[in-house]
Amino acid sequence: MKRFRRHGQESHRDRIKQELYQFNKTVEHGFPHQPSALGFSPSLQLLAIGTRSGAIKLYGAPGVEFMGLHDENAAVTQIHFLPHLVELVTLLDDNSLHMWTLKAHKGVSELLEIGRFTLTGPPGAPPSVTRVTAVLAHSSGELLLLGTEGGHVFVVEVPGFRELEERNISLEIVTHSIPEEYGGRRSLEHVESLQENPANPQQVLIGYGRGLMVIWDLDCQSAVKHILATQPLESVWWTEDGLRVLSSHSDGSYCRWSVAGLDTQSEQEKSEVPYGHFPCKAISKVIQLPTKQGPPFLLFSGGMPRASYGDRHCITVIHSKTHVALDFTSRIIDFFVIRDGPDQAGEPSALVVLVEEELVVIDLQTEGWPVIQTPYLVPLHCSAITCSHHVSAIPLKLWERVLSAGALQNTHYSKKPWPITGGLNLSPDPPQRDLLLTGHEDGTVRFWDASGVCLYPMYKLSTAGVFHTDADPNDNMNQCTEGEWPPFRKVGCFDPYSDDPRLGIQKIHLCKYSGYLTVAGTAGQILVLELNDESAEQAVEATVADLLQGQEGFRWKGHTRLEVREEPVLFPPGFQPFALVQCQPPAVVTALTLHSEWKLVAFGTSHGFGLYDYQQKNNVLVRCTLNPSDQLAMEGPLSRVKSIKKSLRQSFRRIRRSRVSLRKHHVNNAAKLQDANARLEAELAEMELAPVQRKIEARSSDDSFTGLVRTLYFADTFLSDSSHNTPSLWAGTNGGSVFAYQLRLPSVERRAEDLVTAHPAKEIQLMHRAPVVAILVMDGHGSPLPEPLEVAHDLARSPDMQGSHHLLVISEEQFKVFTLPKVSAKMKLKLTAIDGSRVRRVGVAWFGSSCSEDYGESGLTVLTNQGDLHVVSLPGVKMQVHHPCIRREDVSGIASCVFTKHGQGFYLISPSEFERFSLSARCVVEPRSLVEVPHQTPTSLSRAQPDGASEYRYEQPERASKNHLCNNMKTALTGGKALSNGGDFHICSVSIVKEECNDGE
Amino acid sequence: MNKNHRVPSNRTLSAVEVKSKFGAEFRRFSLDRSKPGRFDEFYGLLQHVHRIPNVDLLVGYADVHGDLLPINNDDNYHKAISVASPLLRLFLQRKEEADYSAFGTDSLTRPKKTVLAAVLLRPDANRKKPPVIISLPRDFRPVSSIIDVDILPETHRRVRLYKHGQEKPLGFYIRDGSSVRVTPQGLEKVPGIFISRMVPGGLAESTGLLAVNDEVLEVNGIEVQGKSLDQVTDMMIANSHNLIVTVKPANQRNNIVRSGGGGAASGSSGRSSDSGASFYGYSSSGTAVATTPAHIIQNYHPEEVESDEDDEDLVIEAGGEAVPIPRAASASCSMPALPRYEPHLNLRTAANGALAASNSASSLSALSPTGRGLEGRSQEEDGTVITL
Repeated sequence: MKRFRRHGQESHRDRIKQELYQFNKTVEHGFPHQPSALGFSPSLQLLAIGTRSGAIKLYGAPGVEFMGLHDENAAVTQIHFLPHLVELVTLLDDNSLHMWTLKAHKGVSELLEIGRFTLTGPPGAPPSVTRVTAVLAHSSGELLLLGTEGGHVFVVEVPGFRELEERNISLEIVTHSIPEEYGGRRSLEHVESLQENPANPQQVLIGYGRGLMVIWDLDCQSAVKHILATQPLESVWWTEDGLRVLSSHSDGSYCRWSVAGLDTQSEQEKSEVPYGHFPCKAISKVIQLPTKQGPPFLLFSGGMPRASYGDRHCITVIHSKTHVALDFTSRIIDFFVIRDGPDQAGEPSALVVLVEEELVVIDLQTEGWPVIQTPYLVPLHCSAITCSHHVSAIPLKLWERVLSAGALQNTHYSKKPWPITGGLNLSPDPPQRDLLLTGHEDGTVRFWDASGVCLYPMYKLSTAGVFHTDADPNDNMNQCTEGEWPPFRKVGCFDPYSDDPRLGIQKIHLCKYSGYLTVAGTAGQILVLELNDESAEQAVEATVADLLQGQEGFRWKGHTRLEVREEPVLFPPGFQPFALVQCQPPAVVTALTLHSEWKLVAFGTSHGFGLYDYQQKNNVLVRCTLNPSDQLAMEGPLSRVKSIKKSLRQSFRRIRRSRVSLRKHHVNNAAKLQDANARLEAELAEMELAPVQRKIEARSSDDSFTGLVRTLYFADTFLSDSSHNTPSLWAGTNGGSVFAYQLRLPSVERRAEDLVTAHPAKEIQLMHRAPVVAILVMDGHGSPLPEPLEVAHDLARSPDMQGSHHLLVISEEQFKVFTLPKVSAKMKLKLTAIDGSRVRRVGVAWFGSSCSEDYGESGLTVLTNQGDLHVVSLPGVKMQVHHPCIRREDVSGIASCVFTKHGQGFYLISPSEFERFSLSARCVVEPRSLVEVPHQTPTSLSRAQPDGASEYRYEQPERASKNHLCNNMKTALTGGKALSNGGDFHICSVSIVKEECNDGE
Repeated sequence: MNKNHRVPSNRTLSAVEVKSKFGAEFRRFSLDRSKPGRFDEFYGLLQHVHRIPNVDLLVGYADVHGDLLPINNDDNYHKAISVASPLLRLFLQRKEEADYSAFGTDSLTRPKKTVLAAVLLRPDANRKKPPVIISLPRDFRPVSSIIDVDILPETHRRVRLYKHGQEKPLGFYIRDGSSVRVTPQGLEKVPGIFISRMVPGGLAESTGLLAVNDEVLEVNGIEVQGKSLDQVTDMMIANSHNLIVTVKPANQRNNIVRSGGGGAASGSSGRSSDSGASFYGYSSSGTAVATTPAHIIQNYHPEEVESDEDDEDLVIEAGGEAVPIPRAASASCSMPALPRYEPHLNLRTAANGALAASNSASSLSALSPTGRGLEGRSQEEDGTVITL
């Protein structure tokens, strides 16, 4: 009977859990790591980026995002949208072609892979015959032309991937059609480029690597014209009127050819080496676009003089008299130009450039060609991210002040709206304003609007101005001198080089109610900043906190303290520093917290912790936690400096090795593969010989860095007697110690004069000695104490001061609840002893029920070193749910994780990308967007077969079916099925087209 | 009733000569071996002959091997009588003195040196340090044990290592490896965790229960299959205060023979009473004590081990002295009756509840300056004694 009832309760609890918790990885913020291909659909107004890891990402209007991942872990080398359709084709490094589509499902589009294909040559042919080097998606939407390394062009019907062998353009036929004198018997080399005549879809220009270009008529199956260029070909562009062809070459030249006449051989109109005289690098891509009145836009990438500027990554834009060489921060992957007008045939409006580390969009219609700020794909890593901090539910007042401070920083950006507008963003407006703050290696703190799908930059704070650094802040800016040739202009913000690593930001704490911010850095500096709408010139007062307190035998071998500027510094509107604490020794700050109501900042390093009164600008308390026998902490990070040198050397070796192997890979030789396998086996054997060992030993007080302060916490609670609550400060160390101090604050009137005092009240030494990662006090109702000022702003219920408070100490190994004021263990939850994982990150979150509006629970969000996420209930410390989230090998991903107050979180999946996840069933931020089929085209209508098509639904591309497709290796889908897909789209598209028409009128 | 005992019967072999010592006084008398009577009668007799009718006594005797064993019920009383040949030597103590500090320091010091030293103490240790606290058998502390023999396959061994805050390292390393399993598809190689190295002088080595290349199957009841080396390491460290590892010994020759009562070297004590808290060793029944007198008695109460030792987090109140954190829910008497050290704070957390409460102040302060070295030393002693 009893058992029966309990069972019922458990199932009830299970239902509540389902209503509260739900795990999703929702969206990736930031810039894709190692992009390798760029595609753009003018009709859909969608941008596609492929990466070296096989991911493909589509972006349209802000908030419209899709992501797909190829099963193969191969780089995406090319992306082509099928003109006027919602399908796109990707070419991977492993020579496979993949068909993707945007399929509407429940009113939201999804990116799905619907087919894959690998060219099969004639039996016995070398692999180079079918290695695809150039792809043309024909404007009919039915044909794909594939140029290969062997010089052949294969014609494939899409979306079914059916080879049309009879239409293939073999190298032999082409060779016969050209004059004998052109190079004689030498090979034409691979197909470098395939271009369709914009004026006549039946004509296709085939550019061969050696320089020959042939215009092929698809109807007559014959060569119409040929262009005999002598330099190795890099790219080809067919002007819009179809009368001229531009070719760019590896010697840094581009040529214009007239193809208007009936002559089979076209003559050269112009040949130019734009940055000539001395040898130049190749022009990898050339584009010419007409304007209604006046001269055309000519854009090309590369072509720089090899010796003097060979290392620049440039795109040159020439329009009339204006000639600018845009100098990018990293290697150019690809670029395209967006044009005005409904058919994308109007004036060029924006140049979109994908470089290795960022996406840059340049407004071509505004004087000076300013950059348009990107609403997504922002380079989070323009300086390496060193820490992050999330603040939920920002009050509107603070939000607006930060925005206006940020607006003043962004005056150099173009005022034009974002030019890529595809798709409809259907996600609801975010329920609240959330801020994500990232600290960077160069001493900046960036504020991001993290409320919705787009991580939008709001404001950037630099702390470097407070200190004297080695570099002059003005030395590398605006060095553009008059009359320089080529006329460089720096664009982009990616700048991974930090002047002084000591400036790096390690901890951030923002009080959203008062606008006080504290940031702490690598050299033990703690800055307290205040939001000011006016610029101000002030000197920052520095206080030194000696954390050693006369500890003997200490030798700090690490970096020195940062040198503070004595003279007043002009700070722009925004967060302005007014107080500075410098720890001595200047070790990296490991814990930081701010209490804006009490006007106190607590900070900790590996040597101890301190409490600073930022109203009176003095230290209230300094406590050394150092264990005198801890040599490592005593000497500072010297050994690590050594190892950096070593690891640098190693990584260079690794790079060299991988380059070698990459080259080998390109040679595409089976013998090399064998070689690599043998090497791998040898490595494995070596591992067998010297296995990794782990010592099993209980922790002792003599372990290294036991004194490192891991967490600091302010609480107004019953520290020493159960009838009077007092302000208190709690600190937890790596060695499993908790120190509690009772604080005495003067009354509000006397706050500026009387001293704040701190008295040691309690010390707890956890028996298991695991590092303390978080401390929390729960009120009489068992809910966590509210943040400072939260109650004053009527945003939280005031804590229950009648019932007894509880202290929750979270160590890496267990969660333990103690009673207060008499500290006795009440309950606990063991983690490491049970499953061997350790707590890495922990946050307090409130989970709202997805079913009833007014039900919710507090809980702890926990990330372990195994990369698993847990939710632990409060105050009962019971495990609720558990989801694997991050690979356990991804140490930096785990270390970067930050939780929100509503059950979401972020972690870095690459140096430049945050993955957003949600554990809450109610609070989910994910892209919901719809892309409709462009209205037009008789061809697409003719492809649609309404009969029975709407009944047929594609299977989700699940792994099993994919494998099946993979085994077939040739065409994944029959033509019939593919056509029914078209019909499906047709049906959903009609209604949308109507709506659009109404909007238009 | 007592008359019966007082009758001199030296001429018969059935008489047991008794030499009873209380304080500095001796009393000699004899008992009938065939009719020893009940323990309470015997107890009354002792009070009578020593003329201490109202003193609560703790009765101990030296057995043939020189071990000091208690007499506190009929069973062990009868045992004591039956094994006495010919002299039964009794040591009486006042109950109130017979707690932690007093026991073994005063009246029993000398007898222990002479009678018990051969087994309990090594001479050199005896010289260097203050008298070791020898108390009732249940106060002995095991350092390791084989448990759950009855429920485990014979090829496996579940070993419990008692760390008890001593300074001696656990002292072993683990590594990744592969083991061969029998599956329906035949033999299959699966990844496993193995002991790779023993630290000389470490706890693991000194017990002799673990060896290099033993495969680790479980840690405190949790299977390690599918867990990484780091996870298993962390699990072991998290459980280091009371580590139970189930291993498949690389050397399968010394396995416990389950059927025999005392066949193998470890077999004599390899039986476990129940699965919940089955420690090898003996229950307090006198028969068990007597049948294998060469071993030290371990009357280890299950709840003492089960009670979580890491609940003894140390709390220092402002200006006050360190107190261990009692479990709020449970009574303090369930705490392990063991002295503990807190080297970091150099404070001793006497968590032995009621027993230590009366005199902890003096005895603890006297002991703590002796430092960790001594404590570690004494652990070592115990370790060698209790090792199989």
